[in-house]
Amino acid sequence: MPDQPAIEAVGLEKSFGAVRVLDGVDLRVARGSVFSLLGPNGAGKTTTVRILSTLLPPTAGTARVAGFDIRRQRAEVRRGISVTGQDTAVDELQTGAENLRMMARLHGLRGSAARARAGALLERFDLTEAGDRRVRTYSGGMRRRLDLAASLITQPAVIFLDEPTTGLDPRSRQQVWEVVNELVRNGVTIFLTTQYLEEADRLADQIAVVDGGRIVAQGHAAQLKQQVAGHRLDLVAPDPAAYEGLVHRLGPRATQPAPERLAVSVATDGSANHVRALLDELDPEHRAVARFTVHSATLDDVFLALTGHATTQSQKETAGV
Amino acid sequence: MSETATLQRPASLAGDALAMTARSIRLSLRNIDGLITALFLPVMLMLLFVYLFGGAIETGTEYVTYVVPGVIVLCAGFGSSLTAVAVTNDMTGGIMDRFRSMDVSGAAVLGGHVVASVARNLMSTVLVILVGFLIGFRPQADAPDVLAAVSVLVLFVVAFSWVAAAVGVLARSPEAAGGFTFFIMFLPYPSSAFVPIDTMPSWIHGFAEHQPMTPVIESMRGLLLGTPVGDSAWLAIAWCAGILAVALAAASVLFRRRIT
Ligand SMILES: Nc1ncnc2c1ncn2[C@@H]1O[C@H](COP(=O)(O)OP(=O)(O)O)[C@@H](O)[C@H]1O
Ligand SMILES: [Mg+2]
Repeated sequence: MPDQPAIEAVGLEKSFGAVRVLDGVDLRVARGSVFSLLGPNGAGKTTTVRILSTLLPPTAGTARVAGFDIRRQRAEVRRGISVTGQDTAVDELQTGAENLRMMARLHGLRGSAARARAGALLERFDLTEAGDRRVRTYSGGMRRRLDLAASLITQPAVIFLDEPTTGLDPRSRQQVWEVVNELVRNGVTIFLTTQYLEEADRLADQIAVVDGGRIVAQGHAAQLKQQVAGHRLDLVAPDPAAYEGLVHRLGPRATQPAPERLAVSVATDGSANHVRALLDELDPEHRAVARFTVHSATLDDVFLALTGHATTQSQKETAGV
Repeated sequence: MSETATLQRPASLAGDALAMTARSIRLSLRNIDGLITALFLPVMLMLLFVYLFGGAIETGTEYVTYVVPGVIVLCAGFGSSLTAVAVTNDMTGGIMDRFRSMDVSGAAVLGGHVVASVARNLMSTVLVILVGFLIGFRPQADAPDVLAAVSVLVLFVVAFSWVAAAVGVLARSPEAAGGFTFFIMFLPYPSSAFVPIDTMPSWIHGFAEHQPMTPVIESMRGLLLGTPVGDSAWLAIAWCAGILAVALAAASVLFRRRIT
């Protein structure tokens, strides 16, 4: 039992009508670890979370969560998990305290016990002062914290967090991260989805990159970063001939070539040594590079490296918070 | 983790239903605009009918006494629109997923909204009757008749609240949910709610006499005024029971279809 994974999914598929949204997803999440599903909008993250948390039946495939089968033992799975969905799940017209007391009552706590639990959670999520205000008046970050609090009336074995920080300001994001770390210290398994490489990097032991309903890469953060490098070196050539030379020397390493701007990029770890070595290798006569810049890799770079195609424009806009 | 073991969620439909009812009632009370509309619009309509149209309508009794049961039934239309919108909000927001992930049944969530709806309707009914008294409503009913009239009304409101809940599950947006229930508000007009059916054009008699609102209104009127009820009470009960059964089945089928 102890070495049984907290989540194990084999061949999950989901179609809505003729549209295939998940196309054979295999996952394995060790107990007590943080697992991150990283992918752009529409990749299938929410669908995966909803299937694993028994809210949506898969079209094909099986999964066990917290020791139970998601199809045949739904009630048992539900007893072992909590879900914080992408849309906040609290009542705008109730106060923060009322929302939490209601959740506590649904967990079988009565009167003063429900009150005490709600009070403790407000305290822990830094909402004590706002507790008696209606949620309608809360900021996005406060809402998200309340939403998290509402899913932690009891401490479940596995927690699902669907894009817990999308749209949050940096301070609120930091607070959510702290909660995640605290939960992990208590031995909880966390399955979280995100569009941010940085977030997966900060929090997760294991990352799976999902695109178009398939897992395109999976591994420790370090392993993934080796594949995609951490940074990107953008080069601009002074003239078309030099540009051709650069692209030729880069060969398959060249990414995002833009002949009209005489620009091309290459992955790097961002260290001065590596950048210097690259420049020397690509431009031994010190004539072929007019300018260069180094960026930390974006989700787009990861996608380009792993899938061979960039995220689409609309996805970029949503992800570019 | 020790507290986890002691806090297993008990599978208690009654407990869940109670918590959900408390929630729906609180949400109703906080939805000030909706509440004011649900409570005062029926009273306004009653005043409108009595003072503007009442003089021209010959019903055989004081017009206010004739029209009160019709206005009470009209209330259910406004009430059901609020119910449908509340249900759609739950279905389209994230909260239904959270409840389901806690194994709170859809029946408890919808049931909570229906109970709140019945409570709202009884409040507006009491208000209509109070104002009715002030302007001359004089029922001639003893206690058992009043009890019977209230029972018919509650059955009617429960049935139409479940219709609203089913519409709420079906609708994709609160606006659509509100719009769908418009027909419930419209249904009392081609019935004996405000004017006797025999004063209407003859082509509509068939519909007006054989739609659910008419026996509901006629039986309440008969019970409250002490006039013969005939078979309208049984017809009203049959209609409401039938509508309730269909609405419950529809709500449950639609709910299951909606969540997969
Ligand atoms: N109920 C549904 N009916 C039809 N298509 C859906 C439904 N839910 C999700 N999809 C589609 O499935 C794809 C994946 O959605 P989702 O899992 O929400 O992605 P993500 O959470 O990664 O943004 C999207 O293209 C979305 O439009
Ligand atoms: Mg999503």
